[in-house]
Amino acid sequence: MKGECPVCAAEIELGKDTVAGELVECPDCGTELEVIEIDPLTFTEAPQEEEDWGE
Amino acid sequence: MKIGLLHSLIRKDEKFLIDEFKKRKNVELVLIDDRKLSFNIGKDNFDIDVLVERSINHSRALHSIVLYESAGVKCVNNSKVATICGDKLLTSIALNDYKVPQPEVRVAFTEESAIDTIEEMGYPVVLKPAVGSWGRLLSKINDRDAAESILEHKTILGSYHHSIFYIQKYVEKKGKDIRSFVVGDKCIAAIYRTSPHWITNTARGGVATNCEVTEELAEISVNAAKAVGGGVVAIDVFETENGYEVNEVNYTMEFKNSISTTGVNIPEHIVDYVIKVGRGEVNE
Repeated sequence: MKGECPVCAAEIELGKDTVAGELVECPDCGTELEVIEIDPLTFTEAPQEEEDWGE
Repeated sequence: MKIGLLHSLIRKDEKFLIDEFKKRKNVELVLIDDRKLSFNIGKDNFDIDVLVERSINHSRALHSIVLYESAGVKCVNNSKVATICGDKLLTSIALNDYKVPQPEVRVAFTEESAIDTIEEMGYPVVLKPAVGSWGRLLSKINDRDAAESILEHKTILGSYHHSIFYIQKYVEKKGKDIRSFVVGDKCIAAIYRTSPHWITNTARGGVATNCEVTEELAEISVNAAKAVGGGVVAIDVFETENGYEVNEVNYTMEFKNSISTTGVNIPEHIVDYVIKVGRGEVNE
């Protein structure tokens, strides 16, 4: 599966086991992206960290 | 068995769990995005046997667990564990009730009483938000000037929960602490987190290496887990001159950096436990 980085327009290829919501890093610009759709493979910039995030 | 995995973003940790669930026979995994949830109290009827909570937001995680439990769904972790672990003050009380060693902790509600408390404890101390994570907004206070400044900033600039002053005696940990992983009644693995900075969270650049699970480490880790209600938790432990002390207990534990480091298949243990909960084989 191939999609395009919304920040730098680089082509990003992911495996078949990719799921919506998955966090990936653009290999070109390093932006953290969220997979929002599988078919067609579509990304958006991952949300910013919030105060009550993490463990 | 139908298992729901509650998530926000799917990080590597969740991906490991998804892959592990997919290996299991007779298990159907349903991915539930917490950003798309809508509850109808008293009328919800969820078609799952057990929910694995993996939300990134503490507040969303806790409230979702409570809502799922109210609709009769078993959750890993359950609402008691999430409530206690989500609040450092409640965690300290639970650890104390269970006689688990921890650094000295004091609590105050005003700048004046907090200063008096810190002066009485002696420097350095660490001021922590009662609710918070990834080592954010922790302040190591070395003297009175710093104490006055930090407390004033928190009071004026912070939201209301920054005025619950959770003050912990600073523990000299010589650049490293331990994170141990407990699943059910077993400590399955542990790592050292090493950093030249006094905050050693791997989310803040701490480097993970394997730590042998000794009998003593396993005992304090399992006791800390029991103190907060059991389940699947990660324990932050200090090695002190007086032995181990528990710093914090985490209920949506991150483990992606610890699988290859420890050689322990952590997601496999978690999935085994979740299935046991689903079958009713775990007394919570």
